[in-house]
Amino acid sequence: MIGTVTPASKMAEGVPAVVSSRFGVPDGHTLAGYTSSGSYKGYEALRQVLEMSPAQVGSVVKDATVLGRGGAGFPAGVKWGFCPPGVWPRYIVVNGDESEPGTYKDRLLMERDPHQLIEGCLIAAYAIGAAQVFLYARGEMPHAHERLAAALNEAYAAGLIGKNILGTDFSVDIVLHWGAGAYIVGEETALIESLEGNRGMPRLKPPFFPAAKGLYMAPTIVNNVETLANLPWLFNHGVEQYRSVGTEASPGTRLIALSGHVNNPGIFEIPQGTTTFRDLFESEIYGNGIRTGHELKMFIPGGASAPWFFPEQIDLPLEGRLIGGQGSMLGSGAVVVMDETTDAVRAALRLVRFFARESCGKCTPCREGTTWEEKILQRILDGHGRPSDIDLLLDVADNISPGPYPVAADPGNDLEAIPFPPRQTTICPLGPSSVAPITSAIRRFRHEFEAKIVQRDLISVSSEPFTDLPEQSSLAHGAVGHV
Amino acid sequence: MSRFSPANLRLAQEIIRRYPVAKSATIPLCHLAQEQDGYLADDSMAQIAELVGCSSAEVLGTASFYEMFKMHSVGKFCLGVCTNISCQLLGGEELLEHAEQTLGIRPGGTTADGLFTLEDVECIAACTEAPAVQVNYRYFHRLTPQDLDQLIEELRSGALDGVVPAHGTLGKVRQDLGEDRIANITPPEDQTEPVWLRRHRELAEAAAAADAGTPSAVGNDS
Repeated sequence: MIGTVTPASKMAEGVPAVVSSRFGVPDGHTLAGYTSSGSYKGYEALRQVLEMSPAQVGSVVKDATVLGRGGAGFPAGVKWGFCPPGVWPRYIVVNGDESEPGTYKDRLLMERDPHQLIEGCLIAAYAIGAAQVFLYARGEMPHAHERLAAALNEAYAAGLIGKNILGTDFSVDIVLHWGAGAYIVGEETALIESLEGNRGMPRLKPPFFPAAKGLYMAPTIVNNVETLANLPWLFNHGVEQYRSVGTEASPGTRLIALSGHVNNPGIFEIPQGTTTFRDLFESEIYGNGIRTGHELKMFIPGGASAPWFFPEQIDLPLEGRLIGGQGSMLGSGAVVVMDETTDAVRAALRLVRFFARESCGKCTPCREGTTWEEKILQRILDGHGRPSDIDLLLDVADNISPGPYPVAADPGNDLEAIPFPPRQTTICPLGPSSVAPITSAIRRFRHEFEAKIVQRDLISVSSEPFTDLPEQSSLAHGAVGHV
Repeated sequence: MSRFSPANLRLAQEIIRRYPVAKSATIPLCHLAQEQDGYLADDSMAQIAELVGCSSAEVLGTASFYEMFKMHSVGKFCLGVCTNISCQLLGGEELLEHAEQTLGIRPGGTTADGLFTLEDVECIAACTEAPAVQVNYRYFHRLTPQDLDQLIEELRSGALDGVVPAHGTLGKVRQDLGEDRIANITPPEDQTEPVWLRRHRELAEAAAAADAGTPSAVGNDS
């Protein structure tokens, strides 16, 4: 029961292990292990890259369409190009503050294969001309810190980081930075605030787009751990092989954390866009079926912030744009499966409570709204719900995310999907994310809410007079002013 | 005012040198202070303020935002039971309730013997190993209530001291980034185009200039 016992990812036939090839290698986290095991030889890509021009390196990443793996799915190569020309210094901040409920891949990448991430950082730093790389790892992951610190120390000693890397004029430092427990710091501008030593509150965009005004107001590229971990394999095998897996719009593989009510929960590296949720849940190499003796009730396709999917959506492939059109998102690759024993109200409350606790408090609709959402859901669950509470919840939600909220189609009731993303009255998407479990659960399981709400004859204070008022009372006739 | 031990003070100064702006070291130094004392004391924050060049109120402002920093002493073992969605689905909330019964405290409380502080924590990225627990941020996976009781017993007896260090201890391995190793400590305002970029830009410009001068030569050859 102690330690990290997650089994190594199993690959589908013909699919290369791009980022997870050393997950099962006992010494895969050491320099010796990195250069002698896995799906490519460690630090060979760096040697190759140093022979190329920085612009060529950028084009390879752009041509391969390495999509960001942190949530938004934006192509990394395009992002790199947003740095204004001639403005120095430029910084790279690696987002390893993985905290999205259900997400569990960056921790493994940092613990099991830290050199892969370091090599990815170096390739990115060479391409954009970074003065420094800050590797921001979540504070609650001391094992990842130990592995990264040891790997960095080894790589410095081997001349792979620091001054004149591998004898060239390329010099850069990678500084390991510790987080201290705040989900919101996963948002890129909050991450930068935190790295500057402040409370992790997001900045308004515009003007604070990190590529223009980021860390210390300098151009800054924020990339997710998994995004950068893709680079060494890409440069070893080339754009064509990278694009041979997955789909045109979403090439390559993705790490998916499959948790909840499946027989075989785990981290799986799957081809992007071609694997369906059914494959993921039922295939023997992945989930191996919904918990035996039970059936699927709903699932979250991309972390706590994603609107829920239901059995009707099980044949959709895990492809970002497609899932967005169907009313949810792939987010950070966290799929949470819930069977028929799950209480929709209780699940929604737990998710909403997370957002209420993690709201940074900068924007009023989120700070106040998430707290009220939690209180109202809690009283419904406690049996103190009021008949007006369902509408009240939706009204509070509408103040954070106005208008129709993204939701999956419900063919049984002739309801179409409302596409992602939601609108927002807040600076960042945290507040609007809290609405996902509410609208998903109410649209589909309104009866579960109603069953919990105690139907009481409430005393109306406005519409009808009290029955025990005497007939002649001036109050009963509203005639106070006419005496 | 000094709270850091001489060795930790040296380490603090080395950490500050890694950052172009000293204030960036605030969170790492708060961790260092918490590692030394088990919690983040007021005079530690005052000393960190002096070191990074801000007011102690600013350090408190930053530190109080983050869950991991404790402003008062806590138990030797911070027991965090995850109750977020993936763990909730597999009994995380029931496990927390069981921990409350076993320890006789509510989340946020510390046992009278000063050994355990119980916490109801958000997702700790062990979702496939639910229900998961962290003790001083070290993982324990797929716990039944009986497993949890056994874990508490083993922690109490000291049997897990080699696995679970004292509260505040972050990584047992630190990044070694002394002055001799750092490649670039130029302040942001003095930074210029990195040498390798300049070299490639000049190469590309020279090639473009050569190309611009060659059309007639090409024409002569053909």
